[in-house]
Amino acid sequence: MRTRQSIDDKRWAIDDERRTRVKAKVEVFLKAGVLDVQGKAIEGALHGLGFGEVSSVRVGKTIEFDLGGADPAKAEADVKAMCDRLLANTVIEGYRVEVG
Amino acid sequence: MKAAVVVFPGSNCDRDCKSAIETTTDAKVEMVWHQDSELPPGLDLIVLPGGFSYGDYLRCGAMAAQSPVMRAVAQAADEGRAVVGICNGFQILCEALMLPGALLRNADLKYVCKAVELDVVNAQTRFTSRYGETRRATMTVGNGEGNFFADEDTLDRLEGEGQVLFRYRNNPNGSSRDIAGIVNAKGNVLGIMPHPDRTFEPDLVSADGAALFQSVLASA
Repeated sequence: MRTRQSIDDKRWAIDDERRTRVKAKVEVFLKAGVLDVQGKAIEGALHGLGFGEVSSVRVGKTIEFDLGGADPAKAEADVKAMCDRLLANTVIEGYRVEVG
Repeated sequence: MKAAVVVFPGSNCDRDCKSAIETTTDAKVEMVWHQDSELPPGLDLIVLPGGFSYGDYLRCGAMAAQSPVMRAVAQAADEGRAVVGICNGFQILCEALMLPGALLRNADLKYVCKAVELDVVNAQTRFTSRYGETRRATMTVGNGEGNFFADEDTLDRLEGEGQVLFRYRNNPNGSSRDIAGIVNAKGNVLGIMPHPDRTFEPDLVSADGAALFQSVLASA
């Protein structure tokens, strides 16, 4: 039976869970020495549109996710490990991590 | 002789590989699902076929490299068994760190699908011995991300150690130093971007792919 007490308990549990989750944002880009052919094509198209001042276009991707556990230092270390093992190919890509 | 072809979700050359091997050698071929954590015993060759495993999500081959079967493939390679990754299979081997380098988007951003002329750079390996003195092969490519990349030191090492087995005569995708196929330092893991599995009899543009399967399944 749903009592007032059990509903409150559930709300508290959800709030607790929200408090202990952190948001992670990973940006992955090709390394400086790797030719970004998509970036080059986009740069050419932007020049074609009259934006001649554009240079050094790099195309990357953003990966966002939630992470349990309240310790930001551990979260950041975990996200870096995820980047090294799956999210980025460090032979050709670099990455930036934001945890908060 | 016994071979296995690994089937990932999105593989589309798995049946071609089976046909190619069974047509050109005496080997029996078993199909292995990517979720299997064990390979059949006594394999002389393991093939990672071409296709678009996992829809090329994240990066070509990145998800497949994490499949349960890849742990078994890595272990088999450690034992010295022959492994060939063709096209997407080459990408998977790089993503699994079983081969150096990576495959980038083609230099002109175009998917390229055509016959290519290859030099067999090193014909003294278990994958190329049947190419003998001809040192030439025609195979077909079909790739959008076949542009082999590695840093200069790695490229120097690959060339110096005879690990470059195949080179394009007319580079179709921008690959560093025209590289079309490489082996690992131990010489038992081959990644090749052109398709020997699509060129194993004269009606398929060329029969030159047959010698690759015949080399590895004769020397095993």
